Amino acid sequence: MTDYRQKYQMTPVIGWLLRDRGGMILLGILIVASILIPVGNLIVPEGSALHVPTWMMSLLGKYLCYALLALSVDLIWGFCGILSLGHGAFFALGGYAMGMYLMRQIGDRGVYGNPELPDFMVFLNWTELPWYWYGFDMFWFAVVMAMFVPGLLAFVFGFLAFRSRVTGVYLSIITQAMTYALLLAFFRNDMGFGGNNGLTDFKDLLGFSLQADGTRAALFIASCVMLGICYVVARCITNSRLGKVLIAIRDAEARVRFTGYRVEYYKLFVFTVSAVMAGIAGSLYVPQVGIINPGEFAPALSIEIVIWVAVGGRGTLYGAVLGAFIVNYAKTFFTGVMPDFWLFFLGGLFIAVTLFLPKGVIGAVPAFGSPDRQSAFSTLRKRFLNGRANEGGKA
Amino acid sequence: MRTVMTAVLCRFRVRANNSLPVLFAVAAIFAILVLASPRPAYAFSDEELRNVTEQLNHKSSTKKVEAIEAMAADGDPRVAPILNAMLEGNLFVRASDEHVVIGEKKGKVWNHIDVVSGEVVGESGSKELDKIKINNRLRGALRDALAALNLFSQDIGIRTAAVEQVMDARDPSMLPLLIRAIEREEDATLLARMELARATMALAAGETTEERLTAIEVLASETTPQIRAVLSQFVASAEAEGYQPEVVAAAKDALADVEGRLSMWQTLGDVYRGISLGSVLLLAAVGLAITFGVMGVINMAHGEMIMIGAYTTFVVQQIFSSVIPSGSPWSLVIAVPAAFVVAGLVGIVIERCVIRFLYGRPLETLLATWGVSLVLQQAIRTIFGATNQQVTAPDFMSGALELSNGLVLTYNRLWIILFSLIVVGGIAIVLRYTAFGLQMRAVTQNRRMAGSVGIRTGYVDALTFGLGSGIAGIAGVALSQISNVSPNLGQTYIIDSFMVVVFGGVGNLWGTVLGAFSLGIVNKFLEPVAGAVLAKIFVLIALILFIQKRPKGLFALKGRAVEA
Repeated sequence: MTDYRQKYQMTPVIGWLLRDRGGMILLGILIVASILIPVGNLIVPEGSALHVPTWMMSLLGKYLCYALLALSVDLIWGFCGILSLGHGAFFALGGYAMGMYLMRQIGDRGVYGNPELPDFMVFLNWTELPWYWYGFDMFWFAVVMAMFVPGLLAFVFGFLAFRSRVTGVYLSIITQAMTYALLLAFFRNDMGFGGNNGLTDFKDLLGFSLQADGTRAALFIASCVMLGICYVVARCITNSRLGKVLIAIRDAEARVRFTGYRVEYYKLFVFTVSAVMAGIAGSLYVPQVGIINPGEFAPALSIEIVIWVAVGGRGTLYGAVLGAFIVNYAKTFFTGVMPDFWLFFLGGLFIAVTLFLPKGVIGAVPAFGSPDRQSAFSTLRKRFLNGRANEGGKA
Repeated sequence: MRTVMTAVLCRFRVRANNSLPVLFAVAAIFAILVLASPRPAYAFSDEELRNVTEQLNHKSSTKKVEAIEAMAADGDPRVAPILNAMLEGNLFVRASDEHVVIGEKKGKVWNHIDVVSGEVVGESGSKELDKIKINNRLRGALRDALAALNLFSQDIGIRTAAVEQVMDARDPSMLPLLIRAIEREEDATLLARMELARATMALAAGETTEERLTAIEVLASETTPQIRAVLSQFVASAEAEGYQPEVVAAAKDALADVEGRLSMWQTLGDVYRGISLGSVLLLAAVGLAITFGVMGVINMAHGEMIMIGAYTTFVVQQIFSSVIPSGSPWSLVIAVPAAFVVAGLVGIVIERCVIRFLYGRPLETLLATWGVSLVLQQAIRTIFGATNQQVTAPDFMSGALELSNGLVLTYNRLWIILFSLIVVGGIAIVLRYTAFGLQMRAVTQNRRMAGSVGIRTGYVDALTFGLGSGIAGIAGVALSQISNVSPNLGQTYIIDSFMVVVFGGVGNLWGTVLGAFSLGIVNKFLEPVAGAVLAKIFVLIALILFIQKRPKGLFALKGRAVEA
């Protein structure tokens, strides 16, 4: 134990960041991508083989937002054992905050030409802006809200849930109920968030047209930078002493509590941070995709996020990023080539990963495997043997 | 005189009034009828009828309405075609002599039909005729007048509809007509409605205290929102115009009575609807109460088991209707065991291939079964297509039991309530009294000990999971009757099912029953106040808060089993 303390607590942040091999590779790729891809899009001429089309850049930008979302889920699931099936809600709330700013930016260029009210409000015969839309004409306010609202929801929700020791599956089910309730609420026109259609038809961001390549490139770079920053923050948390407590909670919550730690505060902290990250991901996602609607609250989507993390490798952070890219690329590929096959693939992935790849793709690469360097295949064999022996072990 | 008139009325009614909208046919038959029969003594003399019809061309709409009401109140059988023609825009003023005629288009020319005799009295181009214009107010008056005339129809359905319309219109000028209809009415139920309508009108038209009190008395015996509106309107106007205090008091009493009974029926209706929703929730959740509650397996594919049950119903019905068309009502009876077997087998396969490797790791089980659910959904979509399949309801499930005071109990809901109770009772018996139930409970309580006394725990696991899935399949048979049979069927129920089980308390069948019914009733009581969606949101939030207070549900297991 003392060994651990000396090793991690005493060394400066840069020291252990350098020792985090996967993290260094990830940050390196992010830096290179944030330079090369915008250059390839903006500077390399259209005909060239090295030219990056705008759609591809936007697609990659979207994946980066998903990766950030996966990272936030990995932070709580991989390091604290909180399986949230409602993280899509935080993502969508962040998205709505940014969407509200973008709606206000449309101004009088909407179909009805009302300078104050977004089109859907004019359509519903509303005469003035609801109070909760105030301030969203300012960019900084929208950005703050994109982090504050998901953070606040997570704080309140987590405070209630962790204080009364709702854990494990029960927590998963109530997070799912939370996002389902929000889904139903946002579908209502009376809520003032555009109902079924959500917010769309955005024109520009900070005065730059969203259709312009330059704006898209800037959004892409911003996504890379935010993913990088959030990765470092998450790594700081997990490598700190607090992170050690989190891991201990994941592995034996009761024991940590009896040792004298206030387990609920640790969980609440990491849950809130994670929700804020999800909110940031949502706010970057909306301008790149051009729409936010209540569909983002769907419980099915939130479960999908978990599988990104599981595929990449739970509890590694960079694995979550990798998983988000793999699964979403597969989704883009299959829905384009053979749409019927996609759900088979996704379903199969859920089953295969939980049964055969509990450490995810990262776990299958020996260099990145867990400290005991256990290969996926030996894990697999062990699991099967255990399964046999335990068949009928304690349920 | 009356008998002659009645005879003519009857004759007219048979031929004409049943086909009121078809103006030209009516006009033609009417013409023949009038020609063929000896001129009877109408209520209107020819001259009066002509005069009152000319009034329809008056400049002021108020005068037109008066004319319409006068014509309707008279009950002359010749009136209906005229009013009908006016409603359909076929009543014209002839330019040549300023007479009102009914126009009938024959090719390029218009036949003029005399309003009194019903004979064709001339023809011309459309320019010769000046249409009598009507506005919405007139249209309303015309419809009410025609409804009043329908009071004499021979078809009881038309008469019933006419009574309702007259009651809604609440036009005192219809009163004489209604009284005449009451004298002729033989059907007791309809007579009661007519008396009620008369009281409604008499209340508005009544002059003396006596008349008003009688009317109030009749109205107080009825319990509908309509009567409440009539009474509260009367109370307001009585107070404003200073009627006799006993009238006002009686009206207030009657209003309070009606309101009291209405709110009681409303409550009863809400309870019934809540029980109905609760039984659906119970059916959806009770299988989960076994897989999640007893085995501790988070089966996210539970909804898909329900869906498989519903599709089995569909397939059984298809097979039935192709082999023995007459036997198709019984296909539902066959579908119940079929769905149990199919869903149960699928459940056993899932348990053996996926879940048994994941015992003791609930979060992984959750993810893997979610994957299973996606695969099953897509498989069904590939086989049957993404569209909804039609499952027809057998005769004994269609229709409704209509209690007085507007509470309608549809048979399919009643059957589902009954069915859900039978299913739960069956499960309770299996768990309590059979050897399999005993083994199952033994494995749940102490797996190792159960194994060491010779129970094949793996085998029991598979069967238990199969039982839970099979029951979900049975639920699917019932749900196919009330919701769309589509690949997404399961998704609509999965979250609700988990809520029910978590609310009721894991591992407790009675908790599930209580949870389902209380969630259903709370939902239905909130709905009138907050609307369906908001009610659901409130219930979800309430549940989230409830779990904070009692993390293990209403009926928590105590002791060692809690940690298992």
